[in-house]
Amino acid sequence: MTMALDFAKGITEFRWHGRGGQGVVTSNQMLGKAALAEGNYIQAFPEFGPERTGAPVRAFLRISKRPIQVYAQVYNPDIVVCIDPTLLEVLDPTEGLKEDGLLVLNTTMSPEEVRDKYDFRGGKVVTVDATTIALEILGRPFYNMPTMAAAVKHSGVVRLESAIQAVLERYPGKIGELNKAAMERAAEEARVG
Amino acid sequence: MTVVERVPTDKVVVEGMTGDAAIAHALKQCDIDVLAAYPITPQTIIVEDFQKFVANGEVKTRVIPVESEHSAMSACVGASAVGARVATATASAGLALMWEILYCAASMRMPIVLAVANRALSAPINIHNDWSDSYGARDSGFIQIYCQSCQEAYDTVIMAFKIAEDHDVLLPVMVCIDGFILSHNVERVEMLPTEAVQQFLGVRKPAIALDPDNPVTMGPLALTDYYFEFKEQQDRAMARVPEVFERVESEFEKMTGRRYGRFETYRVEDADIIIFTHSTPGGTAKAVVDALRERGEKVGVVRLRMFRPFPAEALREVLRNAKAVAVFEKCRSFGAPSNPLALEVRTALYDLDERPLVTDFVIGLGGRDVPPSTIVEGVEKTKEYLKAGRAPLYETLGVRK
Amino acid sequence: MSKRFDEIPMAGIIIEPGNAMEYKTGGWRAMRPVHTDETCLWIKNGTCGLCWIYCPDNAVRLIEENGKYRYEYDYDYCKGCGICANQCPTGSIKMESE
Repeated sequence: MTMALDFAKGITEFRWHGRGGQGVVTSNQMLGKAALAEGNYIQAFPEFGPERTGAPVRAFLRISKRPIQVYAQVYNPDIVVCIDPTLLEVLDPTEGLKEDGLLVLNTTMSPEEVRDKYDFRGGKVVTVDATTIALEILGRPFYNMPTMAAAVKHSGVVRLESAIQAVLERYPGKIGELNKAAMERAAEEARVG
Repeated sequence: MTVVERVPTDKVVVEGMTGDAAIAHALKQCDIDVLAAYPITPQTIIVEDFQKFVANGEVKTRVIPVESEHSAMSACVGASAVGARVATATASAGLALMWEILYCAASMRMPIVLAVANRALSAPINIHNDWSDSYGARDSGFIQIYCQSCQEAYDTVIMAFKIAEDHDVLLPVMVCIDGFILSHNVERVEMLPTEAVQQFLGVRKPAIALDPDNPVTMGPLALTDYYFEFKEQQDRAMARVPEVFERVESEFEKMTGRRYGRFETYRVEDADIIIFTHSTPGGTAKAVVDALRERGEKVGVVRLRMFRPFPAEALREVLRNAKAVAVFEKCRSFGAPSNPLALEVRTALYDLDERPLVTDFVIGLGGRDVPPSTIVEGVEKTKEYLKAGRAPLYETLGVRK
Repeated sequence: MSKRFDEIPMAGIIIEPGNAMEYKTGGWRAMRPVHTDETCLWIKNGTCGLCWIYCPDNAVRLIEENGKYRYEYDYDYCKGCGICANQCPTGSIKMESE
C-alpha cells in the first residue's frame, strides 16, 4: 500500500507555463509534432481554461514510445517550461516537478539564482534569455520557440532539427526562418546548472 | 459486400491532429454530400476545418450554414431523405436545441452521422466536458458510440456511415468524443488513403428517397392505429445493430488491422474489481489498472464504446465473474436512484443468481479533471464496500464536500 | 386494414401518392347538403363558388357545359360537415338529416 503508484510509466511528461497569446499552446504542439515525426506517440493539449490574452495559461505534453492511455492533466511533470519571465513572480514552476526533473525558464537569471529562488536542488535547471533573443532576431517578443529550443537541447526528448522542422512546417517562409535562427541561438546560449 | 484489402503502410499518412480535426478529416474522406451545422465549442473545429476543405475545393460537399442546431438537424433530415450522405456536429446546448429533430431523424430512419464533442449543460455556463448532453439523448433512437482517442474517433466516423446506411439498420449514429480532453488534444493519427475509405463505404444507396418522379410522403401522421407498429420496426432495427457493427468492423479490420468492439476489455480475466467507464476515463482507467496490478491487485477495465444499443448480454458474460463492478460516469441523473451508465450495468446483471456488487461514481462534471487518483479512490471505496457487503447506489467523487 | 409492423412501409412512408382517394369519407355523413338552383350564383352566372373553395373534401362539383352551369355533390367524399351551407351567401344550401 505504501508503494507509490506510477501512472505514466515510459511516458515523458511536460508542463508549460505562459500567458494567453504568447504561443505556449503552439510551441507545445510543435514539440509534440516533432516527437511524432520521430516515431513517438503524443498527447499535446492546453489547460482548457481562460483562453484570454494575458491570462496565465498552462499546456501539457506527453511523449511515449507506446500508445498513451492516461487522459488527465500532468501533475508530476518530468519537464517544466516557463516561457514568460513575469510569471516567475506569481507561480512556483517547480510545483509537482519530479525531483530529478528538468526546469527550463526564459529568464535573465542564472541557473544558480533559480535554484536558490525556488529551493530546487535536484534535477537540472536551464535558463535562457529568450526575450532578448526574440527581440533581436524576430523584432517582437515571440519567445515561445527559442525557449522550447532550450528545453529540447537539454532534455534530449527530440533532436533540435526535428523541432525546427516542425516550426518551419507550421510557419513556412520568413517567420519560420527567423524562428529557426532564434531557436538555434537559444539552444547555444542556454545555461545549465 | 465490398471487397476490402489491407492498406499498405506506405499509403498511410501519420499526422498529429486534435480529435476535432481527426473527425473533420474523416468526414472529408467519407465524401459526404451535405453538412449542415451551427458552431458550438468544443465542436467548432470540426466544422471550421471542414469549411476550409470546401473553400479549398477539396470536397464537393454542400455546406448549409444554418441559424440554429434545430435547423441543422432539420436540414440534415431533409438532405438525408433525398438520399444524400449527411453529417453534422454539435455539443451541449446545441444538442439540446436539436432535441425534437433527433427523434425525427431516428424515427424517419435517416442514416445521419452526428459528431458530439461532449460538453456539460448550463447552468452555470460551462464549456468543458461531461456526458450529460448525449446521455440525455440516449432514448432518441440514435446509435451512440464513445471514443477514447483521436485515432478511434477518426476510425469510428468512417465506420459509422457504413453502419448507419446499412439497410438492416438505417438509423443515425452519434460519435462522441470528450470535449477539450480529446477534441483539442493533438495525438498521433494514422489516416487512410481517401480511395480506400471511399471504396470501403461506397456510395450511399437509399432504401427509398424523395424523388419528384416517384413521389412519396415521409414523416406523415400515424396515430393509435399504426404509431406503435412503426416503433416496433425501429426497435428491431436497433436490435440488428450489433450484427451489422460486427460485420463492418471486420471489414475495417481487414483494411486497417484495427478493431475496437462494442466494448474493450483490459486485464479482466482474473479481475476481482472491474472498472466500467468509457471515453477518455477508459484510457486513464487502464493506466490505473497497470499501476495497481504492479502491487498485486486484481483489477481490470471494461471500456464501453457502444452505449446504444447497450450490449447487455455480452457485458454480462464479462462482468459476471468479478466481485465488484465500479462504474465511473460523468453525469448525474438528478433524482434518479443512480445514473445512466450504472443503471444499464445493474439491469444487465440483475438476472444473474450471483451478481457482482455495483458501485457508481459520478466524476468530472463540468470538466473537473479526472486524474488517475480519482479512479484509485473509487477502487479503494469499492474494496471497502465489498468488505461491508453493501454499497450506496451512487456517490460523487472529486468534488469538494 | 390492421397490418403487422412488418407488413407496412418503413417509418410510415407513404409510397403511393394520392392514396387519400381510397378513403371514402362519405360514410361519415349524418347530415346531407341539399342545393337549390333558384338562388345559387354559380347556376345564375357562373360566379361565387365559395362552397367549392371551402369544401375540405373536394366534394362540390361546379360544372360548366355548353354555356350552362350545373351543380353536384360527390357523395363518396362529402362527409356532411356543413361548411358549404355555412359559407353560402345566398342560403342556397340546406343541411338535412340523412
